[in-house]
Amino acid sequence: MNARSVPFLSSAFSLALAIGLLSQPAPAPTPSLTLLSKEGRRPLPIVMVGDQEFVGLDDLAAAFQLAVHEESFGALTVSYKGKTIVLTPDQTLASVSGRLISLPAPPARRGARWLVPLEFISRALAPIYDVRLELRKPSHLLLVGDVRAPYVTVRYDPLGNAGRLTIDATPRATSTVSQEGEHITIKFDADALDIANPPLAPQGAQSLVQTVRAADATTLVVDLGPRFAGFKAAAQPVDTTMRLVIDVVAAQTETTPAPPPAPSADLPGTPAPAELPPALNPPAFAIRTITVDPGHGGDDEGVKGAAGAKEKDLTLSVARRVKAAIEGRLGIRVLLTRDEDRNVPIDERTAIANNNKADLFISVHLNGSMRRSTSGASIFCAAFDDEAHAAAASSGAERLPTFGGGLRDIELVPWDLAQTRHIAQSTAFAAILEQQLRGHVPLAETPIDHAPLRVLESSNMPAVLVELGYLTNTDQEKLITGDAFQSAFVQAVYDAVVRFRDTLGPGGTP
Amino acid sequence: MTMRRALALACAVLLAVVFVWTARSLPRWRSTTQAVAAPSPTAPAPPGRKIKARLFYVSESGMKLTGVERDVAYAENATEQAREIVTAQVGRVAEPLVSAVPPGTTLRALFLTDNGQAFVDLSREVAAAHLGGTVNELLTVYTIVNAVTANLPAITSVQVLVDGKEVDTLAGHVDLRRPLAKNLAWVQ
Repeated sequence: MNARSVPFLSSAFSLALAIGLLSQPAPAPTPSLTLLSKEGRRPLPIVMVGDQEFVGLDDLAAAFQLAVHEESFGALTVSYKGKTIVLTPDQTLASVSGRLISLPAPPARRGARWLVPLEFISRALAPIYDVRLELRKPSHLLLVGDVRAPYVTVRYDPLGNAGRLTIDATPRATSTVSQEGEHITIKFDADALDIANPPLAPQGAQSLVQTVRAADATTLVVDLGPRFAGFKAAAQPVDTTMRLVIDVVAAQTETTPAPPPAPSADLPGTPAPAELPPALNPPAFAIRTITVDPGHGGDDEGVKGAAGAKEKDLTLSVARRVKAAIEGRLGIRVLLTRDEDRNVPIDERTAIANNNKADLFISVHLNGSMRRSTSGASIFCAAFDDEAHAAAASSGAERLPTFGGGLRDIELVPWDLAQTRHIAQSTAFAAILEQQLRGHVPLAETPIDHAPLRVLESSNMPAVLVELGYLTNTDQEKLITGDAFQSAFVQAVYDAVVRFRDTLGPGGTP
Repeated sequence: MTMRRALALACAVLLAVVFVWTARSLPRWRSTTQAVAAPSPTAPAPPGRKIKARLFYVSESGMKLTGVERDVAYAENATEQAREIVTAQVGRVAEPLVSAVPPGTTLRALFLTDNGQAFVDLSREVAAAHLGGTVNELLTVYTIVNAVTANLPAITSVQVLVDGKEVDTLAGHVDLRRPLAKNLAWVQ
């Protein structure tokens, strides 16, 4: 797509592109959405209404040259070059050039201002705007026009006298790696980077890699520790990602001279010593899509706590946070089976995962007990009896004709037994998730169990159901509704996904 | 003659209604000879005679069931005995016992098939009054399944029905579309 001039961005912002870095904003009392185009970047204030992020219609109108009218019959019309969006207060449905779309929340009035959910931009405005609009909600980023801003994630795995930095850029962006004194500089061929701030948590004074920081909009700098002796860099495309792997090594003894600094060039460096495993962390991007299923919803409220917390609300809130963390930091697509308060049939939940060929299914729930003191998180995998396993095994394949002639074997598995083929991987993911939860979230006596759970049985991919804790326990209700618990849980799921991904080969098999 | 025809027609209609009801509400039930939907007036148990049955209640931890031996009325045949056991199981209990079956739940009907399956039809309260939660629902389901299968070895699996119909789940978690086998892993 050709870059087009976007009227709202004045030349005053052009300078900002050179020095600005697109990053997740540090916690601030008033978060903002960063609008980025070829011409520059500009903040758009975000207003919280409940747990939803909204933007002012007046701000959008100023930024995108929209005309907003409040009609006498109560509707709001938003016009752009002859195309119209019709919003109705108290309604989550909107008409976009005659087509209905849904929003996670209805428009809200604050004084004389009208606010709309952030999703208004991607679902209502983008279809009628004549320049590409890409909303990256987890990063609070709105790309306007043809802007290359890959998601970049950085991971460091120390291993004795060596270590490996793995830097994924999605969609693919090439980079140039060079060493300058005690720093390795990585310059990306992009307009900006969509990356967490800081990209990597500080690793400690003795680590070969101490920090990774953003030097400017498209450059990362790796600060090296005193033991650093050399590095070797290699880039490899993995699916839609460009994975850059930098192996760093420490000096063996004090008498061993450090290798000379590598000259600035495309992916050069001193050769890594033989002690570094050739495939310390082989590229494995077998997880492309994850489905997160917020349990219950609508008139099915699930378990209710004594203080009023409802399972359906907590599962949705936590699922949204899991989605934001994984999409924003790993670049893996995360689909929610519901993103609003509605009752979704169980088969529809698994259909969303199956039809989108998700690589992992995580159903989020809260537990209940007739005993008020029962507490702790637990993870469930599906369970099938021998008869079901036999039925799944005997389903076999069917030879069907294909277009253009010929025959093709199609493997047939009954919908209700789809999970039978993934039990081992589901159990493996459950074990990894338990490891990540342990120490951060109170666990039940038996943290992993197998049971004939309806939502797992039809999932045609590794699938688990996670119970965060017991809402019938007043102490647990207080804990689970708190930010600290939810943050710890989300981080554990994130870490589990990363580790599970690393156990899979490129084809998705262990 | 007219009277006879009317009687024959009434019998045919009655048979058809019974057939349709059975086919719709119990699609898995086939040619059983032991169906009993209500207390049989022809085979009353001798008054006062009891058996010891193992019934199941929520453990102290709340995460398992615990087996408790209780007196249950003796019945002459397996179907009647299963009915007595389930009726005792879903009935009210006093502290310190805590039942995983929601209060108000009653047994509507119970059928056994020739191949060792039991269909236990419970009143709507078992779902409508359910507290929710995966573990809680598992304990409710396996309370019923284990109460029947642990006390009547000829019965190998149980399908729970609600208000005369097959249901997906009681509270959104446990798959009830198929009969479930005894599972003492949920008993501590």
